[in-house]
Amino acid sequence: MSAAWLVVVCVGAATVAIKAAGPALLGGRPLPPRLERITALLAPALLAAFVGVAVLSSGRRLVADARLAGVAAALVALRLRAPVLVVIAVAAATTAVVRALA
Amino acid sequence: MSRPPRDGGQAPTLADGARRIAPIGIAAAGFGISFGILAGSAGMPLPATVVMSATTFAGSAQFAAASVLADAGPVAVAIVTAVLLNLRYLPIGLSAAPAFEGGALRRLVEAQLVVDESWALAHVGGGRYDRRLIIGGGLVLYAAWVGGTAVGALGAGWLGDPGRLGLDAAFPALFLALLWGQGIGRDRRALAAALLGLGLALALVPFTPPGVPLAAAALASLIGWRR
Repeated sequence: MSAAWLVVVCVGAATVAIKAAGPALLGGRPLPPRLERITALLAPALLAAFVGVAVLSSGRRLVADARLAGVAAALVALRLRAPVLVVIAVAAATTAVVRALA
Repeated sequence: MSRPPRDGGQAPTLADGARRIAPIGIAAAGFGISFGILAGSAGMPLPATVVMSATTFAGSAQFAAASVLADAGPVAVAIVTAVLLNLRYLPIGLSAAPAFEGGALRRLVEAQLVVDESWALAHVGGGRYDRRLIIGGGLVLYAAWVGGTAVGALGAGWLGDPGRLGLDAAFPALFLALLWGQGIGRDRRALAAALLGLGLALALVPFTPPGVPLAAAALASLIGWRR
């Protein structure tokens, strides 16, 4: 099995099981409070890490290039309450322009 | 986003869920196209890309897995990172569990339509969720996500270098928007977890294979250990 298919099958099976766990198996019993607090923080921690790594790294090097300008522009757009698709378009356009000028 | 009426009016129908989610459905189709393009540029075959959207049906985890593969990161890291991102569906699923009815198999299938947006839409107040809003909204999002993925994966071939169009900044911008939706503006603990995760990941970049910094950032969630 190729790497891509292995990822698709494993992630798919795990996600189906995670989503079904509450409604199908646990019958609505709540998680222990400590576990609930930790799982609630997984998304912010991982999403922030993804943004940082995707913007500031190239392989194993830390770099600051046109992507940083694009995501900075996206941050401004978010603060101005722009819709998500506009935020993404602003980031891509800024990066493409800075890269073309550099 | 519109909210269902809370004044004890008529119970919402599947069509209500579909109608209320429609504007988000358009955005979901756009994300699906983006995912198809990223997965294609990461070298994922078209059928694998579409099957992933149809079974995993969770944008951030799919983007994360595809971007690890795009960086030629280890397969195990792509899987672990995506599964960690989806662990949030454990508490989300528990919160919506009382809304579902019928046998275990029916609950298992219907629970797959719980995603961030359909879950938020179906909240009718006081921690209660409406099953028809989850299913009506979830079906629209599912069609938009899987259809958009197929379009993006088909288009990835002739789009060429994603860097030329600045698409390599589009995905972090999308994740920034998703992060914004996690309440880091008002929840200090969520902000602390985000900053700690960011710091951990960047500190590991020079020393580990691609993807490992991402998975290790999950450790930042342990600050929730203490109240």
